[in-house]
Amino acid sequence: MSDTARSTPDQAPTPSKWMLIMRMADDIDPAAMEDVDFDEMFASMGRYNDSLIEAGVLVGAEGLDPAAGLVLDFAQTPPIVSDGPYGETKELFNGYWILRTDTRDEAVAWASKAPLGPGVKLELRRVASITEFPADNEFVQRETAWRAATGQL
Amino acid sequence: MKYMLIMRQTDEALAAAKTADTEALINAMGQFNESMVKAGVLLDGDGLSDPSEGFVVDFSGPSPVLTDGPYGETHELFNGFWTIQVSSKEEAAEWAKRAPLSPGQKLEVRRITDMSDFEDFADNEYVRSEEEWRELSAKLRESGDS
Amino acid sequence: MDTRRAVDAVWRIESARIVASLVRVVGDVGWAEDLAQEALVDAVLQWPESGVPQNPGAWLTAVAKRKAIDGWRRQERLDDRYAAIAHELSETAESEFEPIDDDVLRLVFISCHPVLSREAQIAMTLRIIGGLTTDEIGRLFLQPVATVQQRIVRAKRTLSAAQVPFETPEPAEWKERLASVLGVVYLIFTEGYSATSGDSWMRTDLANEALRLGRKLAGLVPREPEVHGLVALMEFQASRFAARVTPSGEPILLSEQDRSRWDHRQIARGSTALARADALGRGRGTYALQAAIAQVHATAPTYEDTDWERIVLLYEALGRLAPNPVVELNRAVAVSFATGPASALIIVDELVAGGALAGSHLLPSVRAELLTRLGRPDEARVEYLRAAELTRNERERAVLLAKAR
Repeated sequence: MSDTARSTPDQAPTPSKWMLIMRMADDIDPAAMEDVDFDEMFASMGRYNDSLIEAGVLVGAEGLDPAAGLVLDFAQTPPIVSDGPYGETKELFNGYWILRTDTRDEAVAWASKAPLGPGVKLELRRVASITEFPADNEFVQRETAWRAATGQL
Repeated sequence: MKYMLIMRQTDEALAAAKTADTEALINAMGQFNESMVKAGVLLDGDGLSDPSEGFVVDFSGPSPVLTDGPYGETHELFNGFWTIQVSSKEEAAEWAKRAPLSPGQKLEVRRITDMSDFEDFADNEYVRSEEEWRELSAKLRESGDS
Repeated sequence: MDTRRAVDAVWRIESARIVASLVRVVGDVGWAEDLAQEALVDAVLQWPESGVPQNPGAWLTAVAKRKAIDGWRRQERLDDRYAAIAHELSETAESEFEPIDDDVLRLVFISCHPVLSREAQIAMTLRIIGGLTTDEIGRLFLQPVATVQQRIVRAKRTLSAAQVPFETPEPAEWKERLASVLGVVYLIFTEGYSATSGDSWMRTDLANEALRLGRKLAGLVPREPEVHGLVALMEFQASRFAARVTPSGEPILLSEQDRSRWDHRQIARGSTALARADALGRGRGTYALQAAIAQVHATAPTYEDTDWERIVLLYEALGRLAPNPVVELNRAVAVSFATGPASALIIVDELVAGGALAGSHLLPSVRAELLTRLGRPDEARVEYLRAAELTRNERERAVLLAKAR
């Protein structure tokens, strides 16, 4: 595991939410993709999701329709609407999971178990918490209070 | 149908955001979020923390390889998203147009797949069929939580 | 740009606020909705050229108001109201369209006014608050568009004739009127929820419309716990859609559903809504209690690991609040898992003696299940046969007869 040294320990607030974003790799071989056994893929995804649920870490997960969506460019107002995809096909993002873990290492561990193969990469990004925003803003206060009242904090 | 509105921005926009009026940004976002909540369409939404906190897991080899930093080039930077429940692509676009974003930012609008997308794969063990249809007890147990 | 679809999308988002603004001005829901429809026609004609305006709700409202004035002018109604509106229009820029939430709430109550039939309430609510086209309403309820249109026309006339005021209900009527609104929303939901035929995706659409209405309501009356309770109930029930039916449309029992196919994000939303209801500190009503029961199921890892004792307690609370033989029967089923089939049988036998569910197949079928579990197959057989006789559903009868061996 190539892991550059970090001078500081995990600084993420504990516990934290992580988004695991599925990306196609740059050097994907289209021919290899055609051999994929869809049934087996579906089944292994199912097993992976089961394990996330049982461990109590899964917050949400969705797949995205690979068909072209829309792109709105806010270079001007109102925004310019055009057909997708965003960027080139290789940058397409196919789906994601959101996990709640106690440490960043735990998020990494789960990500590493994802049933993905050549042609796919997972980008991990930490989800910002409302507690990281200025506490004197009324919107932030409302959201913070609401999340606290509904047990999300 | 569910759509995901994905916030993208360039390095320039990211840098500009650092000097912008944070208060105004938060208020504008807050108002936008609330409008979608009140309309009953917002399902989910999150902002992502600074890209430097992220990393990439590569599944090309026999075991996964980790690299620090966000995925890909700067123009694809992914900052945050909303998930909304709407009745058409046009409705998703209409909501997307109302996002309080600025030059250098873009919203990618993508449909979220649902089970109807996988109807062809119905034989899969994870789509089990039952052996007996005990509809009465079913109604009771189901309406037991209704 | 597909203008028709863009206009439909705008109507979906803005309908309630547009109509509410117009009612404020013209004083009649029916007329307000007519004017809004006329404005939509203008939009379909003009937007291909001009593009969708930046504030489409304001555009439509302004166009509709002008049509109202034109209407008055043609009728030579040179009265105060005309003067007031004409003045208002000249003063107010398009971008200042900011209808008050209170007006939307008034519209919700009017759409569900007791003077209207349930069907009319549903049609009006979906049209005005939900922003559906009559086509969409017809499709969702498997009715011809003309029928839906007729129903809405008659509903508008009824409201006019009854001179229903544009006000929220008086405190004395509030609880009952709110219950009626919630009832309409839940009725729309259960239409979608209980469908078991092959058109399951359409049924999901209906349930989602109801959820959207419920969430809207939660924004309008956030201090009403039962609104959040209803939203919670619908979120929990809807979370199982992907696991509830086989591809051929046969229902899958709760005990056999693949729980990994439940929408866990939706379950979390349900829990959030229930927590909001509880946070108001006014106790739980019938919707919140039903939601709480659904939550126990939704958060159980397997059917066997379900906290049946908790469910029994919740049914007891529900039974005290809204005594009902079906609730009691559900409680019996829960008791059969929490305590045992023998205790459950006692409850069921009391129901039989009470005669409440006399003509229904439900009692004998539950009795049959319990007797089977108690190792009394001969008596169970008799009950299965009795249940088979009483049910009017073919598939059900076949299954019951099969169980009777």
